[in-house]
Amino acid sequence: MASQKASAAKAGAYDWPAIIKDLLGTAFVSLLIMVPIVAYKSVITQYSLVLVSRWTEVFVILALLLGVRLFMHLFVWNRAPSPVAADAKPAGPAKASLSERIGPWVFPLLVAVAFALPFLAGFERRPIDLGIYILTYVMLAWGLNIVVGLAGLLDLGYVAFYAVGAYAYALLSTVYFPYWFGDGMVPWAFYITLPIAGLLAALWGVILGFPVLRLRGDYLAIVTLAFGEIIRLVLINWFDFTNGPQGITVPKATFFGLPFKAGDDGFAAFFGIEHNRIHYYVFLYYVILLLALLTYFVTNRLRRLPIGRAWEALREDEIACRSLGINTTNTKLTAFAIGAMFGGFAGCFFATRQGFVSPESFVFIESAIILAIVVLGGLGSQIGIVFAAIAIMGSFELFRELSVFQEYLPEGTDPVHFRMLAVGLAMVLMMRFRPRGFVTRRQPTVFLKERKAVSGDLVKEGHG
Amino acid sequence: MATANKTPVLTVEHVTMRFGGLTAVSDLSFEANRNEITALIGPNGAGKTTVFNCITGFYKPTEGKIALRHADGSEFLLERMDDFRIAQHAKVARTFQNIRLFSGMTVLENLMVAQHNKLMVASGYTVAGVLGSSHYRRAEKDAIELAKAWLEKVRLIDRADDPAGDLPYGDQRRLEIARAMCTEPRLLCLDEPAAGLNPRESEELNKLLRAIRSENDVSILLIEHDMSVVMGISDHIVVLDYGQKISDGTPHHVKSDPAVIRAYLGVDEEEEEKDALAAKAVAEAVGDQA
Repeated sequence: MASQKASAAKAGAYDWPAIIKDLLGTAFVSLLIMVPIVAYKSVITQYSLVLVSRWTEVFVILALLLGVRLFMHLFVWNRAPSPVAADAKPAGPAKASLSERIGPWVFPLLVAVAFALPFLAGFERRPIDLGIYILTYVMLAWGLNIVVGLAGLLDLGYVAFYAVGAYAYALLSTVYFPYWFGDGMVPWAFYITLPIAGLLAALWGVILGFPVLRLRGDYLAIVTLAFGEIIRLVLINWFDFTNGPQGITVPKATFFGLPFKAGDDGFAAFFGIEHNRIHYYVFLYYVILLLALLTYFVTNRLRRLPIGRAWEALREDEIACRSLGINTTNTKLTAFAIGAMFGGFAGCFFATRQGFVSPESFVFIESAIILAIVVLGGLGSQIGIVFAAIAIMGSFELFRELSVFQEYLPEGTDPVHFRMLAVGLAMVLMMRFRPRGFVTRRQPTVFLKERKAVSGDLVKEGHG
Repeated sequence: MATANKTPVLTVEHVTMRFGGLTAVSDLSFEANRNEITALIGPNGAGKTTVFNCITGFYKPTEGKIALRHADGSEFLLERMDDFRIAQHAKVARTFQNIRLFSGMTVLENLMVAQHNKLMVASGYTVAGVLGSSHYRRAEKDAIELAKAWLEKVRLIDRADDPAGDLPYGDQRRLEIARAMCTEPRLLCLDEPAAGLNPRESEELNKLLRAIRSENDVSILLIEHDMSVVMGISDHIVVLDYGQKISDGTPHHVKSDPAVIRAYLGVDEEEEEKDALAAKAVAEAVGDQA
């Protein structure tokens, strides 16, 4: 109460000279920006280029800006800072305890919603596709989170392992399994290849890991980036093996040997239901959901094992790790290998979902998006990654759907073009408000009396 | 004390460490006895931390031999081993001059990381651990018990679930010692453990180090500037100056050694002039050798 009175008393006295000075400054800066951009517009007529002046718009925008700024001065910024700060302080821990109370329920709730999604969506193709799409990235980001979030090794070439997984499935199911075992094996190819894809990706993780062990920070990032590109270029150029840029058409996965098709030996006939193409997508949805959950639980368990603690210790201080007898070489390699393994699983799934693999799917921007999800979610946080994946991949999809806004936009602009602008804006907002991602608090892996989350300010990001 | 069975745990023989043209440690030999506290002292830049880094494998000495002998007779040539292998097999633990805790992990987690190798074996190199083996769960419980015991000894048990980075400076120093002890070392190397501690805290540190020495099968090698700590607890002191050993013996012997007084502890006012000349002579002698 006292503090409110104090701020009210302070609010009575405005520092008018300072406000006017600030408004003049605002006007100057906004005119500086607006005169070249807004005040003149070049219009192409049939015969010439005409410069149209738009001063009215300039002044309308200027008036709006000044009005907002004046409003802020009068009602928002004039509050006495110290009582507000004092008021806000006690709210901090209370809020944290609230989020901690909700915390344990978030994940079960998310899983329940995820399992119910096909039913909630009424077996519509689009939401299920979107679900598959987002879950693939959740899984990839969880895999990359082991390398970047836990071990603190910045990997910009994660998509390489995704590619290894995808091509492992494509090549084994179309070329090698028919050659080795005959066609009878093909319906089962997905189930057999899945672990092989993971192992191959893990192997490549180790192969990448070896040369980069001595590198840190920027140097590590550059070498992993190059590795991602090398894999893609090999896929393009090794025509005899990978069919080059033409890609490979991949058989669909089956329900444990039952193909999703209309005939008598199909999935629908076996279960006595009417054939519907949506069955296949629901099946794929549950496959990726289970794979993602596997990633989640294995990672969670690994965090509580010595290897997971060693990853996090490595992120915190590598020299201290060595002084405690931790073999940092092996620790880094396992982080690369296990992160890559989940990338390989996801790649194998991606190949069967897409029905087609080509090097085009494994470009650098994919690595960047996966990394952006990990960073936006909060390094090391698995729940944060789910929300980040929904936010980023969901918004990408949303912008495809924005034809609704078409009529409000100037002619000839496509809302899809604003996609990257929106991503950029989101990044700036994130840097301003949540520089360490959605979930910054780290959950300890072991506790004596109570589990207290560690504030993000203390957790290091790793140095490469 | 402990004169009855003076067997060396650590033998440093003719160790020289050069960084380019700079000789940080030159032809240093000394021994540290089992279950004793050996202090390594000397003015700033005398090469003490370099010696530590050679012993713990963070540097490879240019010349010389560093041998560590366990009570069971096994011998390790530390100059040939990687730093983490020295900690893992030769059982040498260390702390750092500028504290290196895992600040984003809790106090208890810091001590669990220290028991990594033991738990790694118990978790079947992760495979059995992922499958949830009960053997690992028991091993983890034991590891927590050991951590708890050390937390009680360094009086941090109440802060076990707090992040290590949140602890005050003195507590962080003690936690680092506890973390080193959780690796169950045979030789504990402490690099300026009393730096930044107030007199009361240093006194406490003395008690802690004495307790560690008498209750565990561990020898302590110590770098320290705080003379109350060094003279109070050391059984044996090695004095370095400009990378060379200038004195070696009991605290009493070192305290009265004119070379030490000249180079390190300072001299009476009337002797100052004489000392300045002597120091100059020493500097020239060192210069000739380098």
